[in-house]
Amino acid sequence: MAEFTLPKNSKIVKGRTYSSPTQTGNLKTFEIYRWDPDGGENPRLDSYQMDLDATGPMVLDALIRIKNDSDATLTFRRSCREGICGSCAMNIDGTNTLACTKPIDEIKGKVKIYPLPHMPVVKDLVPDLTNFYAQYAAIKPWLQTKTPPPPDRERLQSKDERAELDGLYECIMCASCSTSCPSYWWNSDRYLGPAALLQAYRWISDSRDEVTGERLDELDDPFRLYRCHTIMNCTKTCPKGLNPAKAISEIKKLLVARR
Amino acid sequence: MALKTPLARVLGLGSAKSGVDHWWWQRITSIALIPLGIWFVWSVISLAGSSHEVASGWLQSPLNAALFVSFVLAVFWHAALGLQVVVEDYVHTEWLKMAVLIAVKLLVALFSVIAVLLVLRIFLGV
Repeated sequence: MAEFTLPKNSKIVKGRTYSSPTQTGNLKTFEIYRWDPDGGENPRLDSYQMDLDATGPMVLDALIRIKNDSDATLTFRRSCREGICGSCAMNIDGTNTLACTKPIDEIKGKVKIYPLPHMPVVKDLVPDLTNFYAQYAAIKPWLQTKTPPPPDRERLQSKDERAELDGLYECIMCASCSTSCPSYWWNSDRYLGPAALLQAYRWISDSRDEVTGERLDELDDPFRLYRCHTIMNCTKTCPKGLNPAKAISEIKKLLVARR
Repeated sequence: MALKTPLARVLGLGSAKSGVDHWWWQRITSIALIPLGIWFVWSVISLAGSSHEVASGWLQSPLNAALFVSFVLAVFWHAALGLQVVVEDYVHTEWLKMAVLIAVKLLVALFSVIAVLLVLRIFLGV
């Protein structure tokens, strides 16, 4: 049956408090989820006082400042710091988003930061995305054709056909949408989730792809596709402003159209 | 110990290649229930407080009986489809899920047969 409370060793306890090394008066508190797989202790919420005059404008700037100045053990993923790699997706102020494109001044009061919801935690803010990536691989995210390519040129696409991919190709697979979806929380073992389904629709929509039917066959499943109950958390949370819920409903419409 | 690859776990038993019918019929029954539901509520309100003879007489009209049976079938069909989704979402013990799914289907079928027979009984006046 469904479990409604956290197991004993997952309950979050109060953690340590760190004060800011500089004190200019423009201070803000960051409460950050901490869990160390080696310690054998419960996860805790550490409190860091930050001097906003001494840090950059984004949440990721503050995290890096904390790691440099206050607590080198704080663990998180980051790479590009400009919203294109998807590494720093985390739950900030109750919403999944990218730490690097989330301005601190959008958040009232304390800044609460947790890892992406309902994922196994590797350490601190780092979730285990193995299953998420396997689901992406399962939808075969590459061009599949039967016609051999023209010998002297690439496979052509008209401007209109290329425009079909707008709103789909921008997805960076940060996992914010899938981990915001209650259906994905309860059934991620069989439900592909909004991110993988948006990617599936990206290849279904590609005018050069020649296995649309097989792609739809693979999705025509009560769990893989139809666990989507149009909750729309995916679209609300997407840090790139994309609409996975619409992509999923387009797949559902195509499945009806070919009946 | 499980050394299955993550991809093998995700691919599982493969696509069921069904699911679109369930989705489609849930939409069709919900569309049918918009007019039928309004008609049902309106009828119940207009019959409120009337005698047994008047209410039975109302159901003996062929139009009312036909709409009533349609309403009952659409409601139970829609309920069966919806309850199935709720059970699949939240019950994760395989044998229990199977047992509840079977029980839901059988009970909904039984209730719709009972409801249709009761309407027929009044309609035919037996």
